[in-house]
Amino acid sequence: MSFSWMAWTLPTALFFLTILALLIGMSIWEYFAPGGSPRTGILRFETTRGDRLFISLLGAAFIHLAWLGLIGPNLWWALAIAVVYAIGVFRFV
Amino acid sequence: MEKTWNNKAWFLVLPVLLLVAFSAVIPLMTVVNYSVQDTFGNNEFFWAGTDWFTEILKSARFWEALQRNLLFSFIILALEIPLGIFIALNMPKKGIGVPICLVLMALPLLIPWNVVGTIWQVFGRVDIGLLGHTLEALGVDYNYVRDPIDAWITVIVMDVWHWTSLVVLLCYAGLVSIPDAYYQAAKIDGASRWSVFRYIQLPKMKRVLLIAVLLRFMDSFMIYTEPFVVTGGGPGNSTTFLSIDLVKTAVGQFDLGPAAAMSIVYFLIILLLSWIFYTVMTSSDADT
Repeated sequence: MSFSWMAWTLPTALFFLTILALLIGMSIWEYFAPGGSPRTGILRFETTRGDRLFISLLGAAFIHLAWLGLIGPNLWWALAIAVVYAIGVFRFV
Repeated sequence: MEKTWNNKAWFLVLPVLLLVAFSAVIPLMTVVNYSVQDTFGNNEFFWAGTDWFTEILKSARFWEALQRNLLFSFIILALEIPLGIFIALNMPKKGIGVPICLVLMALPLLIPWNVVGTIWQVFGRVDIGLLGHTLEALGVDYNYVRDPIDAWITVIVMDVWHWTSLVVLLCYAGLVSIPDAYYQAAKIDGASRWSVFRYIQLPKMKRVLLIAVLLRFMDSFMIYTEPFVVTGGGPGNSTTFLSIDLVKTAVGQFDLGPAAAMSIVYFLIILLLSWIFYTVMTSSDADT
């Protein structure tokens, strides 16, 4: 079966593999520490581990878009900010 | 008796997972792949990187369509939610009136989107439409083909006509589930009509209202068929919402790369706003 119609490229394949790896990692984490470790952080509502990943990924997408729209096409700094943001989300949200 | 945990149950959700994979995940992946490339057909693609995203984010056309979409969704929610609650509160709770009202309310929901568009397109026409002709006879200068305000009013009234029923039915379902004991207690306490609504009916409707707000927001934000059939996005670009702009770019101009980039930005905005709505409404629900 050919998937050429999906127009795969190496960067997009790596992107989706990273997302897949994150999901697998979260599943393993859940296996060893079940329950999703719900807590109420600085946003003042309860979040589980999965919620924090969702907030991190969605925020990362907007950080990259904002960087593209406001600064330029070099996204390495945007990636760095997104990683710091994700660590912040997992630590404080 | 202790509950038995069995992970084999996961196999039962496998068909749904496969269905979602083929209907949502694979198309989304393909759109992501298209968004970083350019194509002229023949399954040939050229790497474009983030160019299309930059182009979209700096395009006035995109931001104007987004503003129109946000304004449209805001107006729709501001009209349909209170109106839906009001109608649901005034619907009969027992007797022959119940099935009659429920059928009447369900009727607009059964009509396909393109048919609704066609009905209103004819209905609003000044030469042959009942609404347009009547307004003209009354001396009202109404022409949705020529005037942007008239086009907006037509599209909004059409959406209210089509979808308020959904809010009504959801609210009605919430209202009939309230036990009579609540109303009896309120009557003994001498509660006013407003107090009954504020402290009994509204809290009990909160969950269905959450669903109604989310459904109506997402649907109005993704609206395509009805305004496309009625106004075609015009006059000018006055009713060109994001979805119409997207189709113009993808199908009309065959610019698949920019259209894919626009789709992703559009998807992220819907995801963000839906998440905010959901979080705010479920958090306030947890507080009460």
